[in-house]
Amino acid sequence: MPTIRLDNLVKRYGNVEVLHGIELEMAENEFTVLVGPSGCGKSTTLRMIAGLEDVSDGEIYVDDKPVSHLEPKERDLAMVFQDYALYPHMNVAQNISFALRLARRPKSDINAKVKEVAEMVGLTDFLGRKPGALSGGQRQRVAMARALAKDSGIFLFDEPLSNLDAKLRGQMRAELALMSQRVQKNMIYVTHDQIEAMTLADRIVVMHGGYIQQQGTPEELFKRPVNKFVAGFMGMPPMNFLDGALEERAGEMWVTGDGFDLKLSGEIAAKAKGHSSREVTLGIRPSDLNFAEDADPATALTLDVQVSEYIGAQSVLLCKCGPAQVMVEVNSETPVALGQTLTFAVNQRGVHLFDRTSENAL
Amino acid sequence: MRTAMANRLTPYMFMAPAAIIMAIALMYPLGYMVWGSFRDWNPSQTIGEAEFVGLKNYIFLWNDPNFHESLGVTLRFAFFVVTIEMVIGVGLALLLDREIRGISLLRTMFILPMMIAPVVVGLMWRYMYHPTVGTFNRFLDSIGLPRVDWLGDHALTSVIIADIWQWTPFIFILSLAALQSLPRSALEAARIDGATAWQQIIHIKLPLMMPVLIVTALLRLIDAFKVLEVILVMTEGGPGLSTEILALRISRTATEFRELGVAAAMSNYLLILLLLLTVGMFAFNRWQEARAARLNALVEEES
Repeated sequence: MPTIRLDNLVKRYGNVEVLHGIELEMAENEFTVLVGPSGCGKSTTLRMIAGLEDVSDGEIYVDDKPVSHLEPKERDLAMVFQDYALYPHMNVAQNISFALRLARRPKSDINAKVKEVAEMVGLTDFLGRKPGALSGGQRQRVAMARALAKDSGIFLFDEPLSNLDAKLRGQMRAELALMSQRVQKNMIYVTHDQIEAMTLADRIVVMHGGYIQQQGTPEELFKRPVNKFVAGFMGMPPMNFLDGALEERAGEMWVTGDGFDLKLSGEIAAKAKGHSSREVTLGIRPSDLNFAEDADPATALTLDVQVSEYIGAQSVLLCKCGPAQVMVEVNSETPVALGQTLTFAVNQRGVHLFDRTSENAL
Repeated sequence: MRTAMANRLTPYMFMAPAAIIMAIALMYPLGYMVWGSFRDWNPSQTIGEAEFVGLKNYIFLWNDPNFHESLGVTLRFAFFVVTIEMVIGVGLALLLDREIRGISLLRTMFILPMMIAPVVVGLMWRYMYHPTVGTFNRFLDSIGLPRVDWLGDHALTSVIIADIWQWTPFIFILSLAALQSLPRSALEAARIDGATAWQQIIHIKLPLMMPVLIVTALLRLIDAFKVLEVILVMTEGGPGLSTEILALRISRTATEFRELGVAAAMSNYLLILLLLLTVGMFAFNRWQEARAARLNALVEEES
């Protein structure tokens, strides 16, 4: 299974440049997820790899061979589309076998392959149906089976789950993870849903505004975001941001702002000490705040609880810290009343600092 | 009680003006024609004075070789015209379904023939077909080829060419609209699945356009059975009966032969033919809707 390399990939529509030199390498059998908000260029990147969009500049290499001048069919890839893109006039078996029939493979081969992939995705009973007579989840499976039947080296997914309802999406996500383990191919998956990215990816590439913001394992991106955008994008509920200033008092680093005064320790304190600018944004994930009445005020935030959102075992508290809003994730058993002012201990390893102007992590 | 009654009548009252106009403008002349077709009717008589002859006009036509000839010309004309127009119209649509500079101008130009009044089209083509000063024969002269007797030996072909020139755009715009409403992603999926441009047309585009194409062909067929002005101006049905399509024969039977009853009966034959086509079209639509509904029901049953 091939390696894929994007070398300074640029896409322009007329005078508007939407992708500004994407550099990316995808190793063998890697599950890469391109994630980002709408209009970040992730789908365009995928469609350029597929050959559905022209490359304005730069090159795409598959196993070190340039492919950007090739037609999609010459690139040895299969693709699953957001709206499934099934052929409405063909039944399930014909949809799955279309590529094989075009390639004039022997009939017995085709039948065997159709049977194999239909079993794999659980469609054996529906082979005679037209797509119009299938539910959304079944159509998605047909799209997947059609891609699988091609035996291509590269699998492309363009937001394949976003047309499904929440429950089905979770189920299909799990099936997809299972399938990717089994078939061992290079998979490139585009989504705007960071949960899909986190659960499926070997490697996540976060894109924004036509640039790659950061790439790495889900854990790297979650724990060590390189800038405020990535920090805010990955994780649900999202990271809290508080504007503040760095201060040095008696050899200790503090970050203070409207409604908080927090002592830094460990690695982050060392980073803060070395930083030139004083103006920073403090970032803390809702899960890194723990309810503790007797916490040391120097390493805690005092917050006014305004709304509690019960979501089962966990609750999300919407609180006020000065003018800013802060979300806290707590165990639902925690005795909290609205309107209370409570103290939450800050997990020092979960403290992130970003330069206010560049928005890069310290 | 009275309000309930009034409420029930309201919709009919609203529909009444339209229904009355329909009755006067459509049903009355139609009924008049059917009534007249059972009579031996001369234009100098009122319909009341004309002698009632039962089915005589219909039986006469059934056995009339001239009527057969005319019907044959009409069927041949309609068949060739619709077939060739479909092929060229759909072909052009497939060619022009893309983004190139100036494409909208090109599309507008293609539609122009349809906007010209039929009489003008007839005059224009009669001039171009003229044996000595016509555009075509002068062109043949200039490149040293023998002249063609367009409206003489090849009258039906010439008439068919003119009709194709005028009506291909109709099929072209409808096919283009159908093409542009096809799901883009299915075509992209086909490209990835390895379909060449030609295979995309055969396996994806044409099958998906088929419902629109069938309706378009039926509409054109109905129209082709009724064509009159262009042929009237170009050949007046000649030479002989070679281009005398049914509409033309009806008009001549009424005006030249002064046989209103026979003309009415002929119109009714044509009407029956067109009705069969129209019913066929509706049946096709109904069948498609029923099929879609059945599929939806099947999906809902399962979910």
